[in-house]
Amino acid sequence: MEQINWTALTIFVLLFGFITWLGFVSARWRRGDLNTLHEWGLGGRRFGTVVAWFLIGGDIYTAYTFVALPALAYGQGAVAFFAVPYTILIFPLLFVAFPRMWQVCHKHGYITAADFVRGRFGNRWLALAITLSGIVATMPYIALQLVGLQVVIGGMGISGTGLSGDIPLIIAFVILAAFTYSSGLRAPAAIAIVKDLLIYLTAFTAVIVIPIKLGGFAKIFAAVPAAKLLLAAPPAASTGSYGAFATLALGSALALFLYPHSMTGILSASSARAVRRNAAMLPLYSFMLGLLTLFGFFVIAAGIDKLPQFAAGFAQYKATFAAPAILLWAFPSWFVGIAFAAIGIGALVPAAIMSIASANLYTRNIHREFFNPALSGRAEAQIAKWVSLIVKFGALIFVLFLPLQYAIQLQLLGGIWIVQTFPAVIFGLYTRKLNDWALLCGWTVGTVAGTWMAAVMNFSATYPLAVGGWTFPGYAAFYTVILNLLVALVLTPVFNAMTAKPPVDETALADYVV
Amino acid sequence: MESPRNRGWSWWYLLLIALCVVTLWVPLYNRVDPTFIGMPFFYWFQLLLVIVGAAVTAIVYFAE
Repeated sequence: MEQINWTALTIFVLLFGFITWLGFVSARWRRGDLNTLHEWGLGGRRFGTVVAWFLIGGDIYTAYTFVALPALAYGQGAVAFFAVPYTILIFPLLFVAFPRMWQVCHKHGYITAADFVRGRFGNRWLALAITLSGIVATMPYIALQLVGLQVVIGGMGISGTGLSGDIPLIIAFVILAAFTYSSGLRAPAAIAIVKDLLIYLTAFTAVIVIPIKLGGFAKIFAAVPAAKLLLAAPPAASTGSYGAFATLALGSALALFLYPHSMTGILSASSARAVRRNAAMLPLYSFMLGLLTLFGFFVIAAGIDKLPQFAAGFAQYKATFAAPAILLWAFPSWFVGIAFAAIGIGALVPAAIMSIASANLYTRNIHREFFNPALSGRAEAQIAKWVSLIVKFGALIFVLFLPLQYAIQLQLLGGIWIVQTFPAVIFGLYTRKLNDWALLCGWTVGTVAGTWMAAVMNFSATYPLAVGGWTFPGYAAFYTVILNLLVALVLTPVFNAMTAKPPVDETALADYVV
Repeated sequence: MESPRNRGWSWWYLLLIALCVVTLWVPLYNRVDPTFIGMPFFYWFQLLLVIVGAAVTAIVYFAE
């Protein structure tokens, strides 16, 4: 058993106590009737540019990111930096397409992407497909947040085996569940502000202090093995690691804002202009994310993985221990407490938003659509609250009883699944020309092909697509969404010829104009 | 009645497309030299691109 770091633990617990209090009192922030789904699950669409910035930022840059990217840099080097082009690419998409999404959803009271697809295409089965992708892709994402939390708790020396080692995680989970139930989206919005201030403090301090301690960036990069420093040049007749790097960035970028929690963050903004402003302001997070990724190289340069005091941590958590280890190595205990609390709270914010988003999806697009169309507003909010608890509980079971490997593999699959909603949701913002049944066929083909590609590659992120003697290793999400779109395009005239009259589109062109 | 605005297009978006092309053109920046404060080109160029991307988005926001 390792030594428990009491100073760090005390500060961690105090900060957690503070955000717990904040989570509960946030119910009274910009007060609304929390017995309606619109207020509980979307904060009444009242968040201005600044709060939306914190909320969407908290959504995208999660605890798992802060732990996983340094781990990837430490383990595999330059490829981890794909996160930087990935986050550069998401902002043009956010800027161009999502103000239209906000407008049309505001006009018709939609609270999920599936609501929009239902209204636009008038096909409940297509909307159900969008809903299923959303819920299934989100579950492992929540589990991964809890994994991020688990690693920092372990970093403070609490890493018993069996149930006793999991008690801190269970406590954190109960706190999360309670404030989400009572305050809805207002809780993560309020907590996101605290979390980001702590994260920025940690990231900028670390990125200045640690390189000075290690003798500058030149020395750090000199310690990184040549194979990890740059991407390997592609072999003959292959796009090699270049293609993999670019498609990982592009595929992840296309997927990101389709996740239900991103949609919830965007729709909670007070205006389409607030969404636009955010697209220009969010890259500050990307910059920080790039700096955090460099932590993986700091670990290599400092030789921390060889130090005896961190041996147990690396043995238990593997590469994911890289970020906590460098913080433990470089800083006094009190600062470690702040940094770990930042990561821990960084797990609770997205986990809360994700569970709310899944609950919104279930309530609106499964329960009301298929079981009880006469659902009252009050009953709708009550069901969503309960579903948010069930979703989080499922994620907790996942983390406690399944090996970490499963959550990571499912997360990879999650990206492949969610990106299949792109043609219906994003192209749907611009045109109704694609037939709803053709879109559903495209979704099915893309989902099946993507799952198959990931499975035959033993759940590695890239699939070596072979075309006419060339090999294009790339992210399966990117390849399969193109396949999906092709199927939808080819089948559209076929289905149009078979059906006399397409279903009613309840949106009008003017509803989209920003 | 179909103005470009209704269709959701603005010529300023070409700037955003240019940004995406540069970002995805990996051979352009997969190199060590020139280094900046000891950081290989691969790393500082991408970090710089984040700032350029934010600036480009801001320009499009105000220009549109």
